[in-house]
Amino acid sequence: MKLSTLLQNRRSNNIKETSPFESTGDVTGKSPVSTFWLVLHASFCVISLALGFRLSRIFFLFLFSTSSTNFYTVPFGSGEISVPLRVHSTVTVTPNAKIENPVKKEAVTGGSRVVVGRHGIRIRSWPHPDQDEVMKAHRMIERVQMEQKALFGVKSPRTVIAVTPTYVRTFQKLHLIGVMHSLMLVPYDLVWIVVEAGGVTNETASIVANSGLRTIHIGFNHRIPISWDARHKLEARMRLHALRIVRKEKLDGIVMFADDSNMHSMELFDEIQSVKWIGAVSVGILVQSDTDESSSSLKEKASPMPVQGPACNATRHLVGLHTYDSSKYAKRSAFYIGDRAPVLPRKLEWSGFVLNSRLLWKDHEDKPDWIKDINALNGANEDVDSPLSLLKDTSVLEPLGSCGRQVLLWWLRVEARTDSKFPP
Amino acid sequence: MYNFIGSAGDVLEDDPVGRLKVFVYELPSKYNKKILQKDPRCLAHMFAAEIFMHRFLLSSAVRTLNPEEADWFYTPVYTTCDLTPNGLPLPFKSPRMMRSAIQLISSNWPYWNRTEGADHFFVVPHDFGACFHYQGSITIPPYAPPQKMHTHLIPDKTPRSIFVYFRGLFYDVGNDPEGGYYARGARAAVWENFKNNPLFDISTEHPTTYYEDMQRAVFCLCPLGWAPWSPRLVEAVVFGCIPVIIADDIVLPFADAIPWEEIGVFVDEQDVPKLDTILTSIPPEVILRKQRLLANPSMKQAMLFPQPAQAGDAFHQVLNGLARKLPHERSVFLKPGEKSLNWTAGPVGDLKPW
Repeated sequence: MKLSTLLQNRRSNNIKETSPFESTGDVTGKSPVSTFWLVLHASFCVISLALGFRLSRIFFLFLFSTSSTNFYTVPFGSGEISVPLRVHSTVTVTPNAKIENPVKKEAVTGGSRVVVGRHGIRIRSWPHPDQDEVMKAHRMIERVQMEQKALFGVKSPRTVIAVTPTYVRTFQKLHLIGVMHSLMLVPYDLVWIVVEAGGVTNETASIVANSGLRTIHIGFNHRIPISWDARHKLEARMRLHALRIVRKEKLDGIVMFADDSNMHSMELFDEIQSVKWIGAVSVGILVQSDTDESSSSLKEKASPMPVQGPACNATRHLVGLHTYDSSKYAKRSAFYIGDRAPVLPRKLEWSGFVLNSRLLWKDHEDKPDWIKDINALNGANEDVDSPLSLLKDTSVLEPLGSCGRQVLLWWLRVEARTDSKFPP
Repeated sequence: MYNFIGSAGDVLEDDPVGRLKVFVYELPSKYNKKILQKDPRCLAHMFAAEIFMHRFLLSSAVRTLNPEEADWFYTPVYTTCDLTPNGLPLPFKSPRMMRSAIQLISSNWPYWNRTEGADHFFVVPHDFGACFHYQGSITIPPYAPPQKMHTHLIPDKTPRSIFVYFRGLFYDVGNDPEGGYYARGARAAVWENFKNNPLFDISTEHPTTYYEDMQRAVFCLCPLGWAPWSPRLVEAVVFGCIPVIIADDIVLPFADAIPWEEIGVFVDEQDVPKLDTILTSIPPEVILRKQRLLANPSMKQAMLFPQPAQAGDAFHQVLNGLARKLPHERSVFLKPGEKSLNWTAGPVGDLKPW
């Protein structure tokens, strides 16, 4: 109040000063009062110049105000971002006490419990979250998500039957544990059929036993050959062997092929629940590039990841399948397992297909007539290189994952040199 | 009271047509049309409700052209259509505008003086509205664009993985650089206490996925700013995120029809440092119940001002609220000479004619 009147006086005195000069025209006729105001005005200007406009106002506030105002440490600077006023409370009583009540400034107005004016910013002295509370929050989120799944997710989920061919080698533990953890996270019932080349071994059994899942561990009495081509063929036979088990045991659910070095997303398991008989999903193909390519590959544009999966036309109908184009690596692909060259997928990978297990049963009322019986394939085993060979009519294939636009799993084959050992 | 288990009560679905009649005064266009012509941005900002309400009433079935049979009288004044270059509203002229409008209607029509305005209503969607008390008032939600929100919906099965979500200012560095005035220090307290807490996804960014993120969160903070309410409340209800209301003196919209205590969490401003303890101590069943109530489509519809108006939306809730206040008490009709409102109260500047 006083400051504003001072300023107003300054302004009006400014006007008063000039007029006596003009009207009288007498320079020597200065009264002591106008001199005083002139000096005061000049001193205000000088101080404003020196301290900045804002501080000079505060300077005068301190000079002329009574002690009833509260004192803050007002930061310097004219209206820029300054350190906010923090009210840290006094020392805590016990180490567990996290919350303090700080001081509130300014008077209370009116009858509401809301006070006007500047408030302190309450900060507790222990800034870190309490671990029990964090765990509680995570459990709350889990419960909310469970409820969401129950309300909006798959209504009557079917059992997932995962078929994994494997064999003992350096990277087996690495690959198999990866698949195992993915399967352990699946929120539906699961049966894991592990087919091991060369017979059942303790190494594989010990890895699989840690899963806590229902597993069927069977041996296949052939050893994995050295060349990739032969290995792929043998794996196809191992998978058929697993499918025969499904048929014999009349397992009910959805069969998917979880190769041990592949990577699966959790959305895959949600998406396959919607398959009716046989479906195709998009598989991203990860092929190692040659190390010698590093210099020239910088000049090329990064090519998109090749995908094997269903191809649809504009009306969302299946028109074909995208497959991997191996022409780029035709001469440079790996021949033997453990070669330092890129490993290429086959024309069609098993992992991109899912089947309703009822297709494999011997007698079932709803079983469609376009499926061949696996037990009747005896002589033709060598030619079954994908589930499509089991179909008489491939147009019944259902595209999954918004018609293949979503890549739900990734195919990769990485093997160590045959003479290496892990753990060392 | 109402039975809210799984539903939000039938009051939201009432149809006001036939239960009341509203007469709309014809004011000179300087009170409404000219203001809108001067700045068409008013149609999109959070106070746009006053404009949409006017348009809705003009074409609604509750409108009557005969003032003698009207239960309520509506005065269309766009008091908040005064925006800064940035688009933020300046409601400083609104008391004068309001006074001027009332003087106009009281001198040109006899209906105001009959009851000293007790059967008149205004749409005042900002803080000054709380000061105009006529037999109680109806608080309406701030305007949030319904079409824009509906284009950003994500599938219901997307799991909610964010615990607490907030985007907005914590300090208003333009007007209150040291903090302490803006939001009464509550927003600054949220930031200082929880900026490093991984459960709290809070920042001042303006992400393009703001609406999608709210649908992935369990709790959405709705702290006061310079005013106690904010469009966040509407957004939280529409997106199914439990609103955490941190505003000591807030009056929530349609409080007699929407059970805010049951769908939201109220935290006192002084308890902000304990916010994580408060939120994690809510039992999961309570959270699921709140989410179920929020999922009620009539609740979401009641908070919106869709163009054109739809059944159950905020326009209809206002009319329902007005209908619930009928019939007027006999004492409302004053005998000649009685006065119950003091029109000269308030700062001198507000008494200047507009």
